[in-house]
Amino acid sequence: MSYPNDRKYTKEHEWITADGSIGITNHAQDSLGDIVFVELPKPGAEITSGKTFGTVESVKAVSDLYAPVSGTVTAANDALATAPEQVNKDPHGVWMIKIQLKDPSELNALLSAADYEKFVSEEAGH
Amino acid sequence: MSVLEATPPAVRKTALNAVHRQMGAKMVEFNGWDMPVEYPAAIGCGIINEHLAVRNGVGIFDVSHMGDIRLAGREALAAVQHISMNDASRLAIGQAQYSALLYPQGTFVDDVIVHRLAEDDYLLVINAGTREKDFNCVRDNTRQFDCRVDHLSDDFTQIAIQGPRGVDLLQKLTDADLKLVKFYWVTHGTLCGLKNILMGRTGYTAEDGFEIYIPSDEATSARVWYAILDAGREFGAIPCGLGARNTLRLEGALSLYGHEISDTIDVWEAGLDRFCKMEKPDFIGRDALEKAKVEGVEMKLVGLEMLDRGIARDGYKVLDRSGSEIGYVTSGSPAPFLKKNIALAYVPPAHAAVGTTVNVEIRGQGVSARVVPTPFYKRPKKAAKSESRQAST
Repeated sequence: MSYPNDRKYTKEHEWITADGSIGITNHAQDSLGDIVFVELPKPGAEITSGKTFGTVESVKAVSDLYAPVSGTVTAANDALATAPEQVNKDPHGVWMIKIQLKDPSELNALLSAADYEKFVSEEAGH
Repeated sequence: MSVLEATPPAVRKTALNAVHRQMGAKMVEFNGWDMPVEYPAAIGCGIINEHLAVRNGVGIFDVSHMGDIRLAGREALAAVQHISMNDASRLAIGQAQYSALLYPQGTFVDDVIVHRLAEDDYLLVINAGTREKDFNCVRDNTRQFDCRVDHLSDDFTQIAIQGPRGVDLLQKLTDADLKLVKFYWVTHGTLCGLKNILMGRTGYTAEDGFEIYIPSDEATSARVWYAILDAGREFGAIPCGLGARNTLRLEGALSLYGHEISDTIDVWEAGLDRFCKMEKPDFIGRDALEKAKVEGVEMKLVGLEMLDRGIARDGYKVLDRSGSEIGYVTSGSPAPFLKKNIALAYVPPAHAAVGTTVNVEIRGQGVSARVVPTPFYKRPKKAAKSESRQAST
């Protein structure tokens, strides 16, 4: 699966669009396996760049979600409470939270699709 | 820093390692072994699908990391009786039993399956992470008996064919009449052209199924593995990794060494009383267990079902309703067939009664859970099985 060019990526395997939608990458969902639980902040919550903002659990593992940038949560994807497997099926189509960015220039420090893809393949030792 | 640094032990590989990698399995280190945790979603796998294949049809596991110790000779029975807690004198030739090797203090060296292969010939199937410890324990404690002890762990590729259709699958590949083999009995037969292959109706999935023991060379192992997958296509057979093996055994509340049982937990705490035969002649650990029985246990293994949203995981704290720590989770996971979040945990007897409500601490929050009967899952009885299983496929 290729990584869409319309967004930025983190080394912790999250993606974020310019309008502040945040999700996890195909690589992340594939490493986790069957996702069974997603815990997200409520609208109004503040998230801070590089800090955890939620949790995603597969059958086997618990992983933290890291904020790509700072901002205020405007929406959480409540459908994931009952159907977390949507993240496996369409990782780049399913957002977890939407935020109002505190400082849009923070996006510039994140990885492009090409850089992220390179990072992932190096991490896998290919 | 000491002068002599321990060399990290090399990660061991089963004869099917290259096959797993070729199939795209996600590999993990488990007890010093490089093992498949799950196979790719692209071929219909993943832990949940693998788990459900075993409950509804059949799944295939490489369990060659399991070890094997053979005791043979005139006093083999006496030797087995001395080192294990179940009563091996009750075994007919071809029968197997769940048992355990104990320390003198009544705690676990390992849990094992004892197979009686012939008159004075026993095979112990042991855990991967305890192979050397187990062999040393068996060898050192059986010197007084006229009995040979052989460590055969590297001689076999062990493949588990698990699920209600496992018997149908395996029957396509062997001349042995498998319907005559009852649960926890073994047979020998020709399998994929290999003569005199041991096939046991055993497993670690709380489901019907077989475990086969074939020569451990890579070519034979791969040939048989693919033959099993091919033969299983009509039953929806898929390869399964250690991830599904763990969730399957947890639904069945089967103990895992290092979790529910260990060198600090005794038989009574683990609730394995029915496999420990105090009335048989002396065995290692018996005196301590007799004393412990009188004193009573401080902790008891219980089944938990999460009532609120949250998944209990290995090592999480168990709290009472007021928030005080009272115990710990030994194994916790979503249960893919039961569609609940379940766990096994040690708690004081006062909190062990079925129906008791406790909290499990998840990321700093107490999440409510209830003590429930174990096993969480029990496979349907035979007659009911064929009907209900067919309806679901």
